[in-house]
Amino acid sequence: MKSIKEIQEEIVNEFSLLDGDQEMTVLYIMELGQKLDEMPDRDRTEENIVKGCQSKVWLTARLDGDKVLFAADSNTAITKGLVSLLLRIFSGQTPDTILSAEVDFMHKIGMERFIGTQRSNGFAAMMKQIKRYALAFKTQIEVGQ
Amino acid sequence: MNVSETIGLDVNKVRDSFPILHQQINGKPLVYFDNAATSQKPSRVIQKLVEYYEGYNANIHRGIHTLAEKATRAYEGSRESARQFLGAQSTEEIIFTRGVTESINLVASTYGRKFLNKGDEVIISGLEHHSNIVPWQIVCEEKGAKLIVIPVTDTGEIDLSKYKSLLSDKTRIVATNHASNSLGTINPVSEIIKLAHERGSMVLVDGAQAAAHLPINVVELDADFYCISSHKMYGPTGVGVLYGKKKLLEAMPPYMGGGEMIKDVTFEKTTYNNLPYKFEAGTPNIADVIAFGEAIAFINEIGKANIAQHENELLEYAHRKLKEIEGVRLIGTAKNKVSVVSFVIDGVHPFDIGQMLDARGIAVRTGHHCTQPLMDRFGIEGTVRASFAVYNTKAEIDSLAEGVKRIVNFLSK
Repeated sequence: MKSIKEIQEEIVNEFSLLDGDQEMTVLYIMELGQKLDEMPDRDRTEENIVKGCQSKVWLTARLDGDKVLFAADSNTAITKGLVSLLLRIFSGQTPDTILSAEVDFMHKIGMERFIGTQRSNGFAAMMKQIKRYALAFKTQIEVGQ
Repeated sequence: MNVSETIGLDVNKVRDSFPILHQQINGKPLVYFDNAATSQKPSRVIQKLVEYYEGYNANIHRGIHTLAEKATRAYEGSRESARQFLGAQSTEEIIFTRGVTESINLVASTYGRKFLNKGDEVIISGLEHHSNIVPWQIVCEEKGAKLIVIPVTDTGEIDLSKYKSLLSDKTRIVATNHASNSLGTINPVSEIIKLAHERGSMVLVDGAQAAAHLPINVVELDADFYCISSHKMYGPTGVGVLYGKKKLLEAMPPYMGGGEMIKDVTFEKTTYNNLPYKFEAGTPNIADVIAFGEAIAFINEIGKANIAQHENELLEYAHRKLKEIEGVRLIGTAKNKVSVVSFVIDGVHPFDIGQMLDARGIAVRTGHHCTQPLMDRFGIEGTVRASFAVYNTKAEIDSLAEGVKRIVNFLSK
């Protein structure tokens, strides 16, 4: 498993190939979303909606051994693509790694420039929710020990 | 509108007078199709603001010095321009506000509070912007009055026969827009007003989306109140007009208290100023009001007939081009429309279309357009809305259609 830092570097490299072309970037992000594993209908519930996002985003998490596995979906293609980047970084990591992770790839790929302030807030809400899950699983593991 | 009166429009010349249009967005020429939200401003309007601040910035009305006199004359000159623009009889009937939202709130809070009683009814159309819904909800709740909504047909038009059946002796206020911001539908306001008056109800018309596109004459319409916003008619933000019939404005209590709106103040009692100043408390938005006068002059010089002819051509062209794209469904297909095209594509979120178009330098609006109940009526979350102004071109609509096609093809592969 690659580290969170390594995955972020990979993403930054991939985006740099797009050379700042906005249309290519938008299409690329949507393509990433299309590749995301389908979320079962039963998980697209009101409770799983991440609050604070402008578009609808559903996020679920489960513990597999000592790793947290995330699944997500969105009603907009671009958000789904952006969310898929977060899943690529965090899904399969341990709660401790997730909690201590520093995420800075968004600035490096210039994401704010094309998603606008409201969506940046949504992105922060996603990050918060991911960390909340990690914290819950960390507690669960500690209690179990 | 008599088409033979039009003298044609040199759109390139018009474009030259809008500095903002000559720029690249994301490496592509800007295509500005968000005019129903706010229109761009010609140089002469921007210049008027600069001239005021550089040349005669002063507080108006009571100043005796030369600058104050010059500023007052310019400010009151805009009031006269607005009076002519709306066809009102007197400048006493022209109240400057921050925009349509404030104009409607003013009427709801003063006329509504004074004249609505328990059991009375206020009728609004199902096409209204939140700004012509919420102020009425607030006052109805406070006074125990009932808010009633005229249903909207599948084409996005007011159901007139239903409207007739909703009118009753309990109706005190009817509030409707002249043209819908979401769908572009032009409403038969003249008939709406006539029917309301037969039942003794007053009528407020939200003219935000009509002002820059349609001929307006408040006397011919017999509108009791008519509201417009400068920034949707090539003028600055933060200025609007409330036209009201003099006898109604006189019967209404003041909206805000402060300077300007008083005649005499003692700690025991204040007497209020004459119209229109009774409703203009505090130092007004002098610079923007003055520049608004210039925006009216701009519209007058081009001529509403020319504007309408040009925009109708764009509207028809856009309808045709968008309908050619697979999956595009137009929302709002009324026969009479201002230059607003709203559409959805099944399976594609409006937000994604908006982002894709922005990447191509095209500015549209996506979402519910502050008309959530109307979106609910059509069973949709929102639309993509392209709205045209006098400076837009068919070539720009081609770019829009191409951008939409690109995303449809991409997402359906």
